[in-house]
Amino acid sequence: MTIDWQAFTPWTSLLGGALIGLAAAAFVLLNGRIAGISGIVGGLLTPKKGDTGWRLAFVGGMVAAPLLWLLVSSLPVIQIDASFPMLVIAGLVVGVSTRFGAGCTSGHGVCGISRLSPRSLIATGAFMLSGFATVFIIRHLLGGL
Amino acid sequence: MNKSLLSAFIAGLIFGIGLLVSGMANPEKVLGFLDLAGPWDPSLALVMGGAVAVGLIAFNLAGKRQTSLLGDVMRLPTRRDIDKPLVLGSLGFGIGWGLAGFCPGPALVALGAGELKALVFTVAMLLGMAIYELLQRQRPV
Repeated sequence: MTIDWQAFTPWTSLLGGALIGLAAAAFVLLNGRIAGISGIVGGLLTPKKGDTGWRLAFVGGMVAAPLLWLLVSSLPVIQIDASFPMLVIAGLVVGVSTRFGAGCTSGHGVCGISRLSPRSLIATGAFMLSGFATVFIIRHLLGGL
Repeated sequence: MNKSLLSAFIAGLIFGIGLLVSGMANPEKVLGFLDLAGPWDPSLALVMGGAVAVGLIAFNLAGKRQTSLLGDVMRLPTRRDIDKPLVLGSLGFGIGWGLAGFCPGPALVALGAGELKALVFTVAMLLGMAIYELLQRQRPV
C-alpha cells in the first residue's frame, strides 16, 4: 500500500468530520432523531402526517449548505468522473440497498458507531468491505470503466 | 417558525458544511479512499474519526434522556439483531458507493452545488428507494 500524501488532507477532514458529528449531535439532542440521510430521504416517499416537515427541513439544509458556503468563499472541488449511465446504476443500487440495510454512511457509519450499535458496526464493516472490493474490481481488474 | 423544523434545517446545514470541509462531498476523494491498491488517500478515516469522537459524547448524553431538549420524543433505534436484509443491504450499498463515489448525503450537497451529475444520481437513488417500497408492499410481512 502506498499513501497518496498529496491528496491526504488530515486537518480539514478531521474538522469536517467534527462538524458532521456536531450536526448529528445537535439533531439527536434537539430533535431526538438519528441524522441518517437515506432514512430521512426514504421516509419522504411514504409521507405520513406530521412526519414530512422535519425531513424536508433537514434535506433543505443539506442542499442549502453549498449556497451558504458561496456567500463566503468559492466551493471546494467536486469532481464526478462516473459516466451518466454509471451514475444511474449507482443511484439505483444505493437507493434500494440503503433502505434494505436500514442506513448508509451517516445513519450506520456516524450515528450508529457513535451509539456503539452492533447492527451499525456490522453494516459499516459490510459496506466498507464491498466499497473497497468494488473500486478494486473496477480500477485494477477492469482497468477503470 | 417551529423550533424543531428550524433545528432540523440548521443540523442539515452544518452536516452539509461538514461534508464540504471534509472533502467527502467530492466523489473522486471518496474513491481515492476506497482504492486501497492505488495511491491511497486515508482522509476519510479521519472524517469518520472526527465525527464519531463528537458523536460518542452526544449519543451517550442522548441515551439518558426521555425527551429531547426541544421536548420531542427521543427516537433512537432499539434493534440489536443482525439479520439478512441488514447485511445484504449494506453490502449492496457499498457496491453502489464504490461505483460512483456517492453516498446519499454528499449527493444532496453536490446537488445544491448545482452539479448535474449529482441530480442524475439523486433521482436514480429516489427511484431505487421507491422500488424498495414497492417490493415491501408486495411481500407479506
